[in-house]
Amino acid sequence: MKPTDIGNPDYFHKVVDCQWACPAHTPVPEYIRLIAAGRYGDAYMVNWNSNVFPGILGRTCDRPCEPACRRGRVEDEPVAICRLKRVAADYKGDISARLPAPAKIKNGKRIACIGAGPASLTVARDLAPLGYEVVVFDGEDRAGGMIRSQIPKFRLPEEVIDEEVGYILNLGVDYRGGQWIDSLKSVLDQKFDAVFVGTGAPRGRDLDIPGRQEAAKHIKIGIDWLSSVAFGHVTKIGKRVIVLGGGNTAMDCCRSSMRLGGKEVKVVVRSGFEEMKASPWEKEDATHEGIPILNFMVPKTFEHKKGRLTGMTFEKVRAEYDDKGRRKLVPTGEPDELIECDDVLIAVGQENSFPWIERDIGMEFGEWDMPVVSKDTLQSSIPNVFFGGDAAFGPENIIWAVAHGHDAAISIDRYLNDEDIEVRPAPGVTVSSQKMGIHEWSYDNDISNDVRYKVPLKDLKLALSNIKVEVELGFDQTLALAEAERCLNCDIQTIFTDKLCIECDACVDICPVDCLNFTPNGEEDDLRTRLNAPAPELDQDLYVSGILPTERVMVKDENVCLHCGLCAERCPTGAWDMQKHLLDLQQAGPGCRTPGPRVRAA
Amino acid sequence: MTYINKPKLAHPNAAVNELGYTRRYYEGAVSTLCAGCGHDSISSAIIQAFFELSVEPHRVAKLSGIGCSSKTPTYFLGSSHGLNSVHGRMPSVLTGANLANRDLLYLGVSGDGDSASIGLGQFAHALRRGVNMLYVVENNGVYGLTKGQFSATADSGSKSKRGVVNTDSSIDLVGLALQLGATFVARSFSGDKTQLVPLIKAAIEHKGAAFIDVVSPCVAFNNHAGSTKSYDYVREHNEVVNRLDFMPLRKEITADYEPGKVENIVQHDGSVIRLHKVDDDYDPYDRIAAMNYLGDHAAKGEVVTGLIYLDREPQDLHANLGTVTAPLNSLNEKELCPGVATLEAINESLR
Repeated sequence: MKPTDIGNPDYFHKVVDCQWACPAHTPVPEYIRLIAAGRYGDAYMVNWNSNVFPGILGRTCDRPCEPACRRGRVEDEPVAICRLKRVAADYKGDISARLPAPAKIKNGKRIACIGAGPASLTVARDLAPLGYEVVVFDGEDRAGGMIRSQIPKFRLPEEVIDEEVGYILNLGVDYRGGQWIDSLKSVLDQKFDAVFVGTGAPRGRDLDIPGRQEAAKHIKIGIDWLSSVAFGHVTKIGKRVIVLGGGNTAMDCCRSSMRLGGKEVKVVVRSGFEEMKASPWEKEDATHEGIPILNFMVPKTFEHKKGRLTGMTFEKVRAEYDDKGRRKLVPTGEPDELIECDDVLIAVGQENSFPWIERDIGMEFGEWDMPVVSKDTLQSSIPNVFFGGDAAFGPENIIWAVAHGHDAAISIDRYLNDEDIEVRPAPGVTVSSQKMGIHEWSYDNDISNDVRYKVPLKDLKLALSNIKVEVELGFDQTLALAEAERCLNCDIQTIFTDKLCIECDACVDICPVDCLNFTPNGEEDDLRTRLNAPAPELDQDLYVSGILPTERVMVKDENVCLHCGLCAERCPTGAWDMQKHLLDLQQAGPGCRTPGPRVRAA
Repeated sequence: MTYINKPKLAHPNAAVNELGYTRRYYEGAVSTLCAGCGHDSISSAIIQAFFELSVEPHRVAKLSGIGCSSKTPTYFLGSSHGLNSVHGRMPSVLTGANLANRDLLYLGVSGDGDSASIGLGQFAHALRRGVNMLYVVENNGVYGLTKGQFSATADSGSKSKRGVVNTDSSIDLVGLALQLGATFVARSFSGDKTQLVPLIKAAIEHKGAAFIDVVSPCVAFNNHAGSTKSYDYVREHNEVVNRLDFMPLRKEITADYEPGKVENIVQHDGSVIRLHKVDDDYDPYDRIAAMNYLGDHAAKGEVVTGLIYLDREPQDLHANLGTVTAPLNSLNEKELCPGVATLEAINESLR
């Protein structure tokens, strides 16, 4: 193999699995260290800059970082990254002075954001302080979008939404609540310089099976029902409730039902329990509240008597896989099962819906009647109209909406500065040695052996008695420190300087996970078979040095490196060093623009 | 030294041996030696060898004297028996332990000061008597703990870190071991584990006095130009005579090697040493020739490494003394004091 190009920002970024997996690339180990140091405000600001909604995401994020966490590969469970983020928000104190101020001088450019969810608000946050006049339209009185309408308050208290949405609106954003946009043309006609569409995926799928019309009064679409609950329009539900669907919305529906009078609440899913779309922890939370999840049952009919829903019948199925691994649900032949109920909530998926975009204004629509949007720039076929969040590519989650928002803001900023938006700004990278003394480092390299801490919960009885009582209490500062110490500091990179190496093997001998090797060079497939420990994870890179005096190379399998720094401590010549690789992703503003004279984009 | 302990977390797919232990089970405390010390590599090689042989750690006694090298038993086989004895007196402590309990595997760890200076007499007699053990000398040619004076194994003409030239003749422990009757004699280099680990494994299984001299650079005081025990010098002047594979159990030998280049040596217990000859003319069974070969190459400044001498029919101390097969420490009063009648019978036989 050729020597690894560690100058490529992606190389070490990839080693920080959590950051790499995060759509917004939040520097996770950096803020976890700040939490461990008790610098909650600093930790909050690192988050706020990157993911805009630390308090909200610290309770609701889909946490792509956690399955990626290296700790989960050397031990049973990953670091509780998401709940540590909440700790930063809970204990940050007053950070208002550290937020950007509204722009004193406007640049004369006007931006419309349609929908006030996380994507639009991110665009607003990135662009308003630069002097753009940002107008946000939404049908609801208060901003927040699905964050406010679809996430139950027992998971996300209202105050947290108000606070973090408020930080953005206070940047001089012009929020026009109660203005439902039913025509894109009407917005374009107002001569905005750019329009951002962040309208989410607002339509819940229905289930068209016998009895649906006749029993309609007690059958609700999950997200619409959650929204009615959120705004106080619905305050109770029948005793026996069936929730259809296996996603996170279904979990929110069943748990909300338990708090609004439901006594026998059941979740029924077509697939197997394991294949459910809901995050494992959301299933766990529902189970903890005593809600059974019945699987491999396909809804067949709504049963009703005199226009009143009485129950549902389900066909029992099992999964069969063909040679291509595709799943087919086939009936088991057992008799259909009748489950009696008073209410049904349908949470079987969400769809995009753009009846309000005129089809004759030049916008190109593609597959599934979705507008054609560039993955990189988020630009639509109308050059000054951009999309983001669920509206862009279908239902995802908040953190993806934030990532889209940042990218769209960069596109808008470059577009309105006459720059080619296909050119994306490179990240800033700071690499600095963490050496403080012969064997002292600026980070705590003594690896904690603790297993993952559980977040303390409100007493179940109290939690179920009021839909506004937050279930999770969050880590206190002691637990937060202990959990933070589990982080392996994967952003503190092992940097190898081949010129200094005397091949004494000290690093190989000390490495607790056998990831270091001195061996004759070869192609990657061959090298992977010759290492001290198996290296089968092909998406985890091998770090290969230049040729050493004995004609061998140093090969490090990045996969399970603990970043404990013992290789560097045992190295007599300083050939190994521990250096922090801090990635600074560009956001909209002068830094994202190309330096030098402007060339008008074609 | 390092301030933290080696993390407990290990590679999730680390190999396990026949006992189900990973290599890390054979580790000891974290080393307090200087970073880059060759001794740590030897510790690592010992760990690897015992792991690969699937030895139960409680079947091993590791004994040492005093010095940097003698500290190292703390850094491997944390679940084995052992003690640091008096400076230079490890061989007699080991001999005593071996007499008391012949069932354990004995690993003597010493250094060039411990064995070639203060303990030279002890070294000589343990080998002479054929104590069943592996005697490892971690040989760096300097007194590291007292800031790098020449030791007795420093080559005449080599330079200290301060530029002083050594005028004393050096003691070649391999040469002495050959002369004194050790039945397994080898030399290796701490920086070459592919050679060292099989040598250690073969020596552990050898039923007699096995001696390995391991050249081990002292990074603090003896790794400079002018030293003959530095990483660079040894790598440049390493005269490898052969390499080994060690197979604990007799297995069908299928690999196709060039004739004359490979020899399989079957030991008493059925284990096999596969010898890859690097120097075709080298005969590891001829003690006198080995001594001559060593002398010739030492004169050229070369460091001969590999399996230097093997006695295929070793005798050990217990065989020489005719002791009972049960460990002496397991004999109870009944066996040790068989009674008046037996005593009478013995006396009668002597009349």
